[in-house]
Amino acid sequence: MWTPEPEVWQAIWLTVQLSAIVTLILLIAGTPIAWWLSRTNSAWKAPIAAVVALPLVLPPTVLGFYLLIAMGPEGPVGRVTQTLGLGQLPFTFPGLVIASVFYSLPFMVQPLQNAFEAMGRRPLEVAATLRASPMDAFFTVAVPMALPGFLTACVMTFAHTVGEFGVVLMIGGNLAGETRVASVQIYDYVEAMQYPQAHGLAAIMVAFSFIVLLLLQIWRPVTRKGA
Amino acid sequence: MNNIQARFKIDWPGFSLDVDLSLPGRGVTALFGSSGCGKTTLLRSIAGLERPPKGFLRVNGDIWQDEGIWVPTHRRPLAYVFQESSLFPHLSVMGNLQYGQQRVSQASPFDLSQVIELLGIEALLTRKPDALSGGERQRVAIARALAVNPRLLLMDEPLAALDMQRKQEILPYLERMQKTLDIPIIYVTHAPDEVARLAHHIVMLEHGKVMASGSLYDTLSRVDLPLRLGDDRGVIIDAHVSEIDRQWHLARLDFADGTFWTRDQGLALQDQARLHILARDVSIAREKPLQSSIQNILAGRIDRCVDDDVPGSVIVRVLIGETPLLARITARAVADLALKPGDAVWVQVKSVALAR
Repeated sequence: MWTPEPEVWQAIWLTVQLSAIVTLILLIAGTPIAWWLSRTNSAWKAPIAAVVALPLVLPPTVLGFYLLIAMGPEGPVGRVTQTLGLGQLPFTFPGLVIASVFYSLPFMVQPLQNAFEAMGRRPLEVAATLRASPMDAFFTVAVPMALPGFLTACVMTFAHTVGEFGVVLMIGGNLAGETRVASVQIYDYVEAMQYPQAHGLAAIMVAFSFIVLLLLQIWRPVTRKGA
Repeated sequence: MNNIQARFKIDWPGFSLDVDLSLPGRGVTALFGSSGCGKTTLLRSIAGLERPPKGFLRVNGDIWQDEGIWVPTHRRPLAYVFQESSLFPHLSVMGNLQYGQQRVSQASPFDLSQVIELLGIEALLTRKPDALSGGERQRVAIARALAVNPRLLLMDEPLAALDMQRKQEILPYLERMQKTLDIPIIYVTHAPDEVARLAHHIVMLEHGKVMASGSLYDTLSRVDLPLRLGDDRGVIIDAHVSEIDRQWHLARLDFADGTFWTRDQGLALQDQARLHILARDVSIAREKPLQSSIQNILAGRIDRCVDDDVPGSVIVRVLIGETPLLARITARAVADLALKPGDAVWVQVKSVALAR
């Protein structure tokens, strides 16, 4: 029988922290992007949408490589963080958060954009004729009506961040308690031929992913009714 | 200043709108025309939901749009009823009613309970919109619009999405509303029966241009306009009930220049009635028909004869005293009877419809 070692709990806790923070940041940053994409007729819509979707098709190592260069001592981001006295971001937890935000961006933006587009312009026009300013209408009409989309977006972002590996390895390395998330921990176990430990953690990941997707399937018919 | 001045110019690919209108500051104005004529765009421009690059809009003294002036929709004291009810699905009926009401700062003389009673939705308040029928939803949408105590009510074909039965269910509420409210209502429709029943003023639009704008009585009796109303061409006459004949189930309706008999439809003595007399139900005779099944035979004088939209068909405008009637007859009949303006004739009215 496998008994989890402290490093397993540490890796899981780190993963949960990372995913929660990334989901929160993307909820705040991704919502305006999704809203803009769903409303605009601008010529910039297509290129911006393509950039948002890039992490879906790029190998995580490519994304991680560029972020590593950008945040490194000679990179534009690295220079800024050093000037501000924040040091360098690679191989730190904040660096991992920033990389994950880019990596999981489409998983937040796309479900939200779909939800906003499905709603159409009419509900906001109605709100405007009922004296609601655009901001007021967004929070009292668009957000409640897109709630199923928000739920999907947050769950997908969280789950996807839990499952990331390549970007973490490129940008965060493998520092216990700092950047060693669950997926990296499994990789470590396998490298060290500790198969029972790898099995245990891998099983936890499978169970988690299954439960998340199961919950999404169960919620969907209930939540779609209002949308 | 008690009127609505609207001047808009829009040029979109495949669509243009070029109007310069002065509408009455009270009563119901119908924007009438076929689909694609620009009536909804005009209404949306008045609401500020469209922003015509060139425009001027003044509503009872307040300028909402001009060079350098743009009042956004949510700051315009108006209400809008959309073709589909567009209730907020995440709010109950009461929540929908309160949404706008809570955002209006002034104390509303038209408090919710009055609106709820006017539209007869007392029993629906706790329900969610998806538990309502189409007609109920539209009544709630109208109540929600009134709950902001608007100074201008805009309605975009509020009955078009409903079947005949639902439509008949809502029309009485609209009539009550129109009598109770002292605000101008602009009502977009392509249904002549709604115009006949509700409107006081009519604007006829075609291809983004105004064909006619005037009082309903005057405009509908004009024959110099290519109105393309077809079978719906007719006039509106105001009358009151002066006699009820119980034996034959008839009601006598007096108008300014004469009398009509119509089937008694539950009217009471002295009731005001609005009559809709279609041109296709009116025929003309040189001699007074002595033995006819038609009960309404009136003496008049031909004012004008013009060709109808359909070849072989002529619209004759006949004055009964001062009141115009339109008759649609064949061109051959005009030739056979040698009808010309100024001739004294007898008109037979086969059917008198009560618009309300």
